[in-house]
Amino acid sequence: MAAPTDRKPVVIVDDVHVEYKVFATGKRPTAADSGRRLGQRQRQTRTVHALKGVSFTAYENDSIGIIGSNGSGKSTLMRAIVGLTPVSRGAIYASSRPSLLGVGAALIKDLSGERNVVLGGLALGLTMEEIEARYDEIVDFSGLRKFIELPMRTYSSGMTARLKFAIATARTHDILIVDEALAVGDQKFRNRSESRIREIRDNAGTVFLVSHSMRSIRDTCNRVVWIEKGDLVMDGEADEVIAAYEESQQR
Amino acid sequence: MTVADEAARHGLHRVGGRPPLGPYLVDVWRRRDFIYSLAKFRIEAENGRNRLGMAWVVLKPLMNAGVYGLVFGVLLQTRREIDSFVPFLIIGVMMFEFFSSCFTAGAKSITSNTALVQSLSFPRIALPLALVMQKLLQFGPMAVIMIVAALVGGHRPNIQWLLLVPLIALFAMFNVGLSLVTARLTVHVRDLTQLLPFLARFFFYTSGIFFSVEVRFADTPTLTRIADFQPIHEFLALGRAILLDGPQYDMPVEYWWYATAWSIGLAIVGTLFFWSAEERYGRTD
Repeated sequence: MAAPTDRKPVVIVDDVHVEYKVFATGKRPTAADSGRRLGQRQRQTRTVHALKGVSFTAYENDSIGIIGSNGSGKSTLMRAIVGLTPVSRGAIYASSRPSLLGVGAALIKDLSGERNVVLGGLALGLTMEEIEARYDEIVDFSGLRKFIELPMRTYSSGMTARLKFAIATARTHDILIVDEALAVGDQKFRNRSESRIREIRDNAGTVFLVSHSMRSIRDTCNRVVWIEKGDLVMDGEADEVIAAYEESQQR
Repeated sequence: MTVADEAARHGLHRVGGRPPLGPYLVDVWRRRDFIYSLAKFRIEAENGRNRLGMAWVVLKPLMNAGVYGLVFGVLLQTRREIDSFVPFLIIGVMMFEFFSSCFTAGAKSITSNTALVQSLSFPRIALPLALVMQKLLQFGPMAVIMIVAALVGGHRPNIQWLLLVPLIALFAMFNVGLSLVTARLTVHVRDLTQLLPFLARFFFYTSGIFFSVEVRFADTPTLTRIADFQPIHEFLALGRAILLDGPQYDMPVEYWWYATAWSIGLAIVGTLFFWSAEERYGRTD
């Protein structure tokens, strides 16, 4: 491994395999299918090997970009690190429970932004007092002060995304995983959110960033892991790996 | 040196897997604000877009009671065998509504929140607990209607009415246990969501909502004996005995013991049953 050994490891991913069993109807529907009886078994299980033995170690203050084409296993790897997807073989060790940056699923769009700040904060594990203390900061960061009383369903998608990001980053995370979150909002908000990510990293945190935007990876990450079809292709300095990746994409 | 040793040397823990029961329950207690707010905000969101808002929580079961009262009480004449039929029916329908909504909606509390389960880490038991809390908060106004119905029916309030509080607490505990069981079962077998409404209906027609089990089956002691141990029937009988006067509504003291046993037993079984599959929730296979 390229990283010096005197740094403290925070996350160790050791030969991780993830396999899904899914029901698949594999075939295209044809005229013959319509004659099939309803109770007849037509589902077959198919095993999808999403990760095929990925290993790497993340150290303190690392900010690691995860790149690869669609369906390469990036999100599966991140979900395995968080513990949401069980590994079939291998193991993942972490110094504290890693968290995914994302709070969207906890919010209720019929409620006002204000209520959602409270609900989202509680879902992230903040206490009522912590939310009260950070409420103004969250609202200011989202830039939605004027609309915070309105139900979230009236927000545009950009406004919703800004509110979600503001709530999600209100909690301090030791190990934070950001999946494509920086692609939201206008240019001004993107700059602000990227600097917020760097801030988290500088506060002794470890950040994983999954993105298709090489620019935002180059701006925030010191190290890049490249995954393709469930295999780890390359792990190293950001510029080096991105260059190799971009070259492979042009072919 | 293996990777596991290396990880242990730096104080790293394995990710995933289920926490021991003690720390799990401590974590649940720490999340109590989340559970309560989720329940409260969901009610708010549910009612926000209706013109009558919160009133529907009460109107729906009242209208239900109206329909059953008309069909069974008036047309099929079950009211003849019951003293003060209207409060009897309203108490039955309101209390049953609390049970059946926990039973059927509790079953979906994990499967209908997959996105939430997959994106944030919190003890999953928070979801069924929030659901029962939501139904309990909605039961509040229904309990008021029960009391009003008893008053209008000419039953004088007395100190015994305070027993409603422990009764509702026991009933809520019973519903927690039950929804924990159905929530986990539904994760394994989705088809249950189709089946549970029928089970709820079965209990509706057999627990004595609009007829009196004791009067109708007075000649069949086997049936009344079964009803003695049927928890829903126990809760309804206790609710009516608390609020209504008259020889039909003598307090069945032994029911307090049975109902307490059901509630505590089911709450413990439900918690263990739900917790033992903690790492399973949210998985896609």
